[in-house]
This record gives sequence, structure tokens and C-alpha cells, in this order.
Amino acid sequence: MFDSLDALLLARAQFAFTVSFHFLFPAFSIGLASYLMVLEGLWLATGKGVYANLFRYWLKIFAVVFAMGVVSGLVMSYQFGTNWSVFSDKAGPIIGPLMAYEVLTAFFLEAGFLGVMLFGINKVGRKLHFTATCAVAIGTFISAFWILSVNSWMQTPTGYEIGANGQFLPGPSWTAIIFNPSFPYRLVHTVLAAYLTTAFAVGGVGAWHLLKDRTNPGARTMFSMAMWMAAIVAPIQIFAGDMHGLNTLEHQPVKVMAMEGHYESHPDGAPLILFGIPDSARKRVDYAISIPKASSLILKHDLNAPMKGLDSVPDADQPPVGIVFWAFRVMVGLGLAMLGLGLWSLIARWRGKLHEWTWLHRAALLLGPSGFIAVLAGWIVTEVGRQPFTVYGLLRTTASASPLDAPAVAASLLAFVLVYFSVFGMGIWYLLHLMRKPPQAHESTLDGAPIRTAGITPAPAIEGGEG
Amino acid sequence: MIDLTVIWAAIIGFAIIAYVVMDGFDLGIGILFPLFKVGKDRDTAMNSIAPVWDGNETWLVLGGGGLLAAFPLAYAIILPALYAPLIAMLLGLVLRGVAFEFRWRDPAHRAMWDRAFTGGSAVATFAQGVALGALLQGISVEGRAYAGGWWEWLSPFSLLTGVALMVGYALLGACWLNWKTEGGLQRQVVTYAGRLGIALLILIGAVSLATLTLEASYQSRWLSWPGILATAQVPLATVIVTALFYRSLSQRKDAQPFLWALALFGLCLLGLGISIWPYVIPARVTIWEAAAPYRSQLFMLVGGAVLVPVILAYTAWAYWVFRGKVDSEGYH
Repeated sequence: MFDSLDALLLARAQFAFTVSFHFLFPAFSIGLASYLMVLEGLWLATGKGVYANLFRYWLKIFAVVFAMGVVSGLVMSYQFGTNWSVFSDKAGPIIGPLMAYEVLTAFFLEAGFLGVMLFGINKVGRKLHFTATCAVAIGTFISAFWILSVNSWMQTPTGYEIGANGQFLPGPSWTAIIFNPSFPYRLVHTVLAAYLTTAFAVGGVGAWHLLKDRTNPGARTMFSMAMWMAAIVAPIQIFAGDMHGLNTLEHQPVKVMAMEGHYESHPDGAPLILFGIPDSARKRVDYAISIPKASSLILKHDLNAPMKGLDSVPDADQPPVGIVFWAFRVMVGLGLAMLGLGLWSLIARWRGKLHEWTWLHRAALLLGPSGFIAVLAGWIVTEVGRQPFTVYGLLRTTASASPLDAPAVAASLLAFVLVYFSVFGMGIWYLLHLMRKPPQAHESTLDGAPIRTAGITPAPAIEGGEG
Repeated sequence: MIDLTVIWAAIIGFAIIAYVVMDGFDLGIGILFPLFKVGKDRDTAMNSIAPVWDGNETWLVLGGGGLLAAFPLAYAIILPALYAPLIAMLLGLVLRGVAFEFRWRDPAHRAMWDRAFTGGSAVATFAQGVALGALLQGISVEGRAYAGGWWEWLSPFSLLTGVALMVGYALLGACWLNWKTEGGLQRQVVTYAGRLGIALLILIGAVSLATLTLEASYQSRWLSWPGILATAQVPLATVIVTALFYRSLSQRKDAQPFLWALALFGLCLLGLGISIWPYVIPARVTIWEAAAPYRSQLFMLVGGAVLVPVILAYTAWAYWVFRGKVDSEGYH
């Protein structure tokens, strides 16, 4: 028993590690693909060189991000089977087809047109090239659609029957499976998160170059575009997140109890705990700073609405409280900071100082990576909050894993840690290196640039040097 | 009524063939990579696959995802059984996948990323071959789960199939470069293709004979009368295809050697199918035992019937865009 528990913990650590690394890349590439589509569209529509140069600038970054997303995603598609074989056997008839649709409708679309998008502009002409860019952008969205449907089904399973062999079998309607209760909310919230992540990454890069040279046209344009996104999408995202939270309260109330740190039931209005240190052993939140009855107001729109706490749930059915509680506060805190920056940029824009206010640029630079942290924190809230189940309320995590020996999983986990930190560490270093270069008036194209010797483009001058 | 399980077995088989056809040559180029001259030749070899490798690898995702969807029990038994080779394959594919981008981004460390490209390609290919051999030699099953240890996959046979696949992919890589390049690099790979062809033929023979000793059912499938009249056509066709391969090579054809090498792979996969059918885990689990319920099969088939032809069409278009000989300056 002790051995199998060890293997289980290792398998969970491995999945958490690989999925967290993976998630960063699509969170960026979903938004970046759409941004590239907009830039190329604006270039085609207006003919302004600045859009073409920004397109080329971000395309180089996209190529690196996308490659890392592809290879880390390939790992995920096999890890369901290698490490979670019982889950795969039982849930396969439901989630398998959804994931197969993701491959057929999204992965092939992205991969098929990526080559043309990256290398094909002089082969196919502008319009067809724009079509390829659109195909890649749409592909990233379709991919999010299916995989979030799978994830949502694991959170709020509907439309299934239980077979004689213990498998989850599809019921008569696939719509009931795909559009399970939490899916629309999770889809909107996650895709907006990807857009915000990209907006703040682009904004951070733009701010960095504005701080060095506020006349750089590329930096001015990308910063302005990013701040529009921040100002418009951040408030929508907070609203969408609130709706998603209410949906969670309806279908997974225990997760919300952990998010709120509500160990105790509150029959006449629950407090909103802003900060505190959850102590699951004693089942209380130490040093809590809280607003009386505010949680009931937010979640039930009634100051005195009764709210159940974790004391109403058997210990064996509770998620780990501390990590969910903290991750939730990190996500919400960053969301509010993003909202603040968006509003600040509106004021600056209104006063005509968007490209002048250096403190705004410094703040945008600081918040550059905020989207990635918020996305990971949100992912932790929803995934750890689903514990101790893989299929919520129906299949326990302890009963989902492969019959593997602990040393096998320990060895693979170690290998993943070593390879991921070195490979993706280098990849992130290359991304930062690309972002550190200011956008040029004649931005180089992507392929083969370092080896060009003919003086057609200034590529060698840009591509060479440090690294 | 049409048996959807058989159709899905055919679709998974097709995905495996498509994967081998498309990713085999680019993994093979990775294996041969250290033999190419640093600089122009290596850049050319890389440029010949840069626009298409990602799409090629997607067939591997479809193979895995499709197996989960159509034969969840097989997915749940095979993947833990082949744990070590599959994890090695995934890590190898991570290394070689990022090398495509990273070698351009970091000229100072290009030699390192070239090694990662070769190492990753070689490990991924060897692991695929080992996994195939391990599946063929049999997997311990109890109830609905894998029942062996974490070294069951390791045997002289699985190591032999690992080496055979490396030689096979290297042959495909050499033939692809013969098609896509000119000059010194082309002359170099033609020589390789000639030697690799002989090595592969010997290994195919060795693997085939060894397979017959693994399971009694394999022997009766191949050697019993009158079935042998049909099964004997496979080795016969292998000899004919090999002859045509060498003829096209000596006539300095561009595309033909690659296509004949693919035909050789097709015959190997056909032989594999003859050995295994109708099992998905040899001698343990049939395709019908492992199959997903009718509703899952039907739901996917509707999408697959529409989407797979569309995918093949735009994949063909993407290859068409980058047709012809490449050089070290990429696709400008």
C-alpha cells in the first residue's frame, strides 16, 4: 500500500509538472496567433509597414513558443495512458473521442498551415499567406475548445452512463457531454486569460522598448494595442471569472469552500477572507483579515445567506485547502492589478501621454509576466480543487493511476524535470533574447536568416551576436 | 450491419502508416545528421523538413489519441506496459522538436542543438522500434490491466526491432534528401541509401524469422497450408520492391527511391498486420474486446470521414508549396 501511494504521488507530481510547463505555451500561442492574425490583417488592409514589421517580429517569437507547445503537448497526449491507465480505460469512451476531435480539427489545421505561415510568404502570396495565419489562429482556438470540454467534463460530468465493466459510456446525446455545465464558463474564462496573457506580454515588451526609445514606431504601436486589450479585456475577464465562480458554487461547492477558506459553515452570512493562513490540521484560518458577510453577498447576492463549510464534507472528499486558497488569491490579485493598469492606460491615452508616462511603462513591464502566473494559479485552483477525484464525485484519483512501480515513475519524473528545465529554460532564454531586441523598420524574416550572406536583408546584423 | 470496430482498426492502422510515411524520413535525417558537413549541407537537410515536421508528428498524436478513443482498453494496457520506451520516445521528440527552432536562434550553440537533434531523433526512433517489438512479443495482462514489471519490454527481440527501425528511418531520410537536394549532399546520401537498403533487408529478414518463434499463432498464420499461398506474396513482393528500389537508385531518379523505400515499409506493416490481426494486444486482447462502445465509434467516424480527407488535402498542399529542391538559404 505504501509503495502504491508513493507511485501515485510521483505520478501526480509528474502530471502536475508536465501540464504546468505545457500550459504556459498554448496560453501564449493562442493569444499570439490571434495577435499575428490581427497584425497581418491590418497590414493587408492599411499597407502600413509598421504592422508588417511587428508581424515579423512576433512571428519569430511565435515559432519558438509554438514548437515548445507542440512537443510538451505530445507528452500530455501519451501521459494519460502511461500514468493514468485506469482513468483512460474508464473515461476513454467519453474523453477519447473529444480528444480525437481536437487532433482532427485543431492540431492538423495548426500544423498543416504553420509551415506556410512561418516560411511560405514568398511562395504563396499575401492573401493565401493570411489565410494560413488565420487557419493557425482558428486552430489554436478550436484546440482550446475541445481540451477544455474534456477538462470540464472531468469537473462536471454529464451525459454519461455507467457500463457493466465500470466504464463511463456516452449517453444518447454528445451535446450533453461536450457542453457540460462548467464548459461554457471555463472556455470563456480560459480563452480570455490567454488573450490577457499575450496582451500583457506584448505590453511588457513594448514598455521595455519605450523606456529605451519612446520614438520607436513598432514599440509605440504594440504598446498601444496591448493597452487597449488590457483596458477592454481585463474587466470582461473579471466579470467572466465571477460567473465561472458562481457556476463552480453550483456544481462543485466544495472547491469554492477551499477557495474561500471556509472550514466552518456560516448559517447567517459568511465572511470574505481576504488574507490568512489556512491550517488544515486545526481546520481554521489563522491571522484572517476578513469582511463580515461579504462572501455571502458576492456568491449569493444576499448578506445573510447561509453558506456551508468544509465541516459539512467528509475529510476524504476534501481537496487540499491551502494551495487552492493561495492560488486563488494570486489569480484574483493579479487580475485586479491588470484591471488597474488597463484603467491607468486609458487615463494616459485620454491625456495623450500613453507613450510618455514612464511609470506606466515600468508598471506594464512589471506586469509583463503576470498573465502566465495568473493562468497557472487559476489552473491550480480548478485542478487541485477537483481533488480527490479525477472525474468529479465519481472516480477517485487514488483509483485512476497505472499499475506502475514507484522507481519507474521516479525515474521518468527525474528525466522530465531535467529535460524540461534545460530545454524549456533555454527556450525561454531565447524568447527573452528575441524580445530584448527592439522592433526594426526592416524586420528580418524567420527562416535561414542567420546563414544568409547576400545583402538582401539586414538579417545577419540582427540575428548574430549574443546568445 | 457494418462493424465499426473493424473500420476503426483500419483507421488506426492508416494513422500508423501515415505517421511512418511522414515522420520516418525526418527522424531518419536526424539520425544521419552528424554525417553531413557542418554549415551548408546541414542547413539544407534541416530546411528540407522544417516546414513539415510538425504536421508529420501530428499523426503520432492521432495514433495515440485515436487508440484512446477507439480502443481505450488497449491504450490503458499497452502504454503502461511500454512505459520506459514511450517516455524515452517523448523526451527524444521534445529534444529534436525544439532543435528545429533553437539551432537558428542560437548560432553559438548550434553544434549542441545539432547533437540534440540527432540524439533526440535516434532515441525516439529506437524507442519506437523497441515498443513495436515489445508489443509483438507479448504483454502480460490480468483483467483490464497490464500485469508485468517495468522491464518486461526489454528483450533481444525488442532491441533488434529498435535497431531495424533506426536503419529503416535512416534509409527513408537518405532517400528524402536524394529527392530534395542536389550536388555533393545528394551524392553522399545516394551512397548511404544503397548501404542502408542492404542492412535493412537483412534486418527485415532477421525480425521476420524471429517473429515466427515468438507465438505459435504467428507460425500457423504465416506457414499453414493453404494460407501460405497468400502470405508468401509478402516476402516475394519485398524482393521485387527491393529490386525496383535499387534500379531507381542506380538510374539516379529523384523521387522513386523514396517511394520504393516507403513501399518496403508498407510491406513490413502489412506483415505486422497479418501477424497480429485480429488482436490489438497479440494473443491477449482482440480489437472487439478493446473497442469503445458503438456511440463513441460512430461519433468519431462521422467527424473522421469528413476531416481526414480534408486534412490529407491541405497536408498535400503544404507539401506542394515547398516542392522541388531546397538549398541552405531556406524557402525564399
